Amino acid sequence: MDVERVRPLIPNEAKKRLIQVVGAENYDDTKTGRLVYSYDATPQFQSLPDAVIAPRNTKEVAEIAKICNEYRIPIVPRGSGTNLCAGTCPVEGGIVLLFNHMNRILEIDEENLTATVQPGVVTLDLAKAVEEKGLFYPPDPGSMKISTIGGNISENSGGLRGLKYGVTRDYVLGLEVVLANGDVIRTGGKLAKDVAGYDLTRLFVGSEGTLGIVTEATLKLIPMPETKQTMLALYQDLEAAARSVSKIIANKIIPATLEFLDQPTLEVVEDFARIGLPTDVKAVLLIEQDGPKEVVERDMKKMADICRAEQAVSVQLARSEEEAEALRTARRAALSALARLKPTTILEDATVPRSEIAKMVKAINEIAEKYQLKICTFGHAGDGNLHPTCPTDARNREEMERVERAFEEIFAKAIELGGTITGEHGVGVMKAPYLEWKLGPAGIAAMKAVKQALDPNNIMNPGKVFAKSTRKRVVVTR
Amino acid sequence: MTTKIERALIQKAFQERMDEDELMNCMRCGFCLPSCPTYIESGQQEAQSPRGRIALMKAVVDGLIEPDEEVERALNLCLGCRACESVCPSGVRYGHLLEEARDIIAQHKKMPLPVRLIRKLVFAGLFPHQGRMRKATALLGWYQRSGLRTLARKTGLLRLLPASFRQMERVLPDVPTAKEMKNRPHRLNPDGTVKKRVAFFAGCLMDTMFMETNDATLRLLQLAGCEVIIPPSQGCCGALHGHGGEKEMAKELAKRNISAFEQLDVDCIVTNAGGCGAFLLEYDHLLKDDPEWRDRAEAFAAKIKDISEVLVELGFHQLPLRVAPQTITYQDSCHLRNVMKTAAAPRRLLRAIDGVEFREMNDADRCCGSAGIYNLVEPEMSMQILDHKMEMAKQTKATTIVTANPGCLLQMKLGIERAGLSGSVRAVHIVDLLLEAAEGAQATQGEERIRQTS
Repeated sequence: MDVERVRPLIPNEAKKRLIQVVGAENYDDTKTGRLVYSYDATPQFQSLPDAVIAPRNTKEVAEIAKICNEYRIPIVPRGSGTNLCAGTCPVEGGIVLLFNHMNRILEIDEENLTATVQPGVVTLDLAKAVEEKGLFYPPDPGSMKISTIGGNISENSGGLRGLKYGVTRDYVLGLEVVLANGDVIRTGGKLAKDVAGYDLTRLFVGSEGTLGIVTEATLKLIPMPETKQTMLALYQDLEAAARSVSKIIANKIIPATLEFLDQPTLEVVEDFARIGLPTDVKAVLLIEQDGPKEVVERDMKKMADICRAEQAVSVQLARSEEEAEALRTARRAALSALARLKPTTILEDATVPRSEIAKMVKAINEIAEKYQLKICTFGHAGDGNLHPTCPTDARNREEMERVERAFEEIFAKAIELGGTITGEHGVGVMKAPYLEWKLGPAGIAAMKAVKQALDPNNIMNPGKVFAKSTRKRVVVTR
Repeated sequence: MTTKIERALIQKAFQERMDEDELMNCMRCGFCLPSCPTYIESGQQEAQSPRGRIALMKAVVDGLIEPDEEVERALNLCLGCRACESVCPSGVRYGHLLEEARDIIAQHKKMPLPVRLIRKLVFAGLFPHQGRMRKATALLGWYQRSGLRTLARKTGLLRLLPASFRQMERVLPDVPTAKEMKNRPHRLNPDGTVKKRVAFFAGCLMDTMFMETNDATLRLLQLAGCEVIIPPSQGCCGALHGHGGEKEMAKELAKRNISAFEQLDVDCIVTNAGGCGAFLLEYDHLLKDDPEWRDRAEAFAAKIKDISEVLVELGFHQLPLRVAPQTITYQDSCHLRNVMKTAAAPRRLLRAIDGVEFREMNDADRCCGSAGIYNLVEPEMSMQILDHKMEMAKQTKATTIVTANPGCLLQMKLGIERAGLSGSVRAVHIVDLLLEAAEGAQATQGEERIRQTS
């Protein structure tokens, strides 16, 4: 864990100029201020920035970029620090850039069905604001209560509704971005159709702060679905649950949500949420469908039949919206609730094609057994996006080595099944060593060329996405 | 200022005493952030959040930073409302971490002489001694009744005090006389048959400055069918000490209370102040390292119950209850809600009163900023939090704000003053309102009987 580097990166002159831009109250280089922005939600990563800065508008962000580019000071844009790939951990120091002053919803355009927001807006606040107008912003990452839109865009966050509605990328129409040299560009916009030039919007979404700083976003909204139903299907056989997922999709039903939780996950989630989740079954599917009433009812019935045919021991509809919401909230808490088991919780994000979900679940269990580890699995089964999670203790070096090797095998298996190393959390530092497994050397070279063109001095969130060497994660180095 | 030597001692004590497992249990997911009042009010500063504070505590343990003024500042600015614990999926016991950290700092830091004197006076000289509490309260009563108060307010003498104290002076209740405070009951029989045998935790402030509320509590218990025992050897719960970095003294007070109650054959020990109740409930944690007392503390803690829970169990909400028509809103006591997990019972009772239109305010579960003596030592943040709270209360158009803890009650009274609502809005403790409702119903029934017979 590289917490304190030897050489401070911000010369006095640069500091003076940065303070001129944002004011002394928005520039913090005290040890305390730096320490609390030295981490995000990723276990085992921590590194101090040299300063923390909180600009008030795009102009100030542009000025900051110019100064940092001149002095080669790294910039790490940060929302609420809820990401799980160490994407906002300032591994090479520099400044952490906050958006707490840039957190307004600028416009909800009911004619064009768009919302224009600043990056610091909390996802749930936006969802609530548009819902008041009968509109719907579908991306709902597990941390939506606190994560910001800027962070969601940078990490291209997914969520529980990804199966039917897609991820953040599918709702970003246009961006205002400050480039590394301080230039401000606009990409896309409110247009439904726009094929003028390269699709830079898509390039910046999910670029993890390595290509520029998002300072404004225009997002696509859709009409609020008329109705919604939620049900739980219980299984005594893990793979039967996984098979149900593939069967549902194969039967041409796309539910809004199709989530998977195994028994250990159920236990901790129930321990936290206390909503009466069954803890005596091996796996649970949380299934939701929304849309016109008749369609929802038809789909729910079909899915219930499929689950029963696949040996579900029970299939129950939520009786009320409160009950349904409690189930969703409980599911969102799964990761953090797993932290109850052991001091350190290593969560992964392996994703496979939906048809391979049963094979992947089986493989994870075999790998856990091989390395004598407890690995709990939950995730967005409908997307093929699983979160095998290992409760462990960072102080136990020997076990950490085994965790390391087990996850390596899990990634290899995911890729073998036609999957990927991360479905929604991003590469960050966490997955950087494995990116080449997925992309190949030519793929990495193409991405590096883009990075080099937009950020030649490598000041934008350096140390992320591209690993210094393939393989060998940072988890066990301390 | 902490000296270098003090910082080193504090750091060493952190390494020896802080619960490392608990610190590591925080997996930094950030789910606590939206529930933290100081994080919100500080404009989302991580250092003013539970996640940030845990990171700071851990960094001190790991030797990454020194426990300097800024670390201390971050820890001091926490209200200790523990709203973060209720929403923490990992189940981190943040309150325990904070308490331990504050205790370590208080024990190793040489504070300025006036602060030390005041702390000694309050923590050791006043609160543990109920007789002195009575005398101090009587002194306040003399000030209120003798005409001195009128004089002080008229002459502007009070302007010599800091604003926060001045405001507090205005909202203090009219206190009972020394004589009234001295003759407290030790046992009461129920109206009618005995449904439950309970003990009552009278508290130190509650049994002096808020004696009327204690009397109302006892009366409600009688009405609900309780035989009530009030052991005279009990004393202050020690919450103020525990939260203020005087853990050893808190332990002494805890032992005194455990001894006072443990011989009684009762179903439960009733409290009527969220702050005290929560601290009593955690005596088992406070004394966990004391083999002689651990089990006794556990047995004691298992019996603690808030008055509203007891009343609901006894079906008090099914009795006739009536007040003059009014709109009511309820401000949760943080410790009652987040530690004692009592949130539904008070609402159930309030909704059961005829004449009450109950309106939930937004963020009713968010701290009002009172937090022990927080409103005196951190007036700026406290008032900012309070003013937001009053906006929420105003939106409900309530004319009565109900609370369940003396600190919150005073704070809401202060808020009403600050919002210029003194004429139209009142703040009451829930038991006072319930007694008003029970007596109100009796009066109406009486009137009806008279009408029927005449």
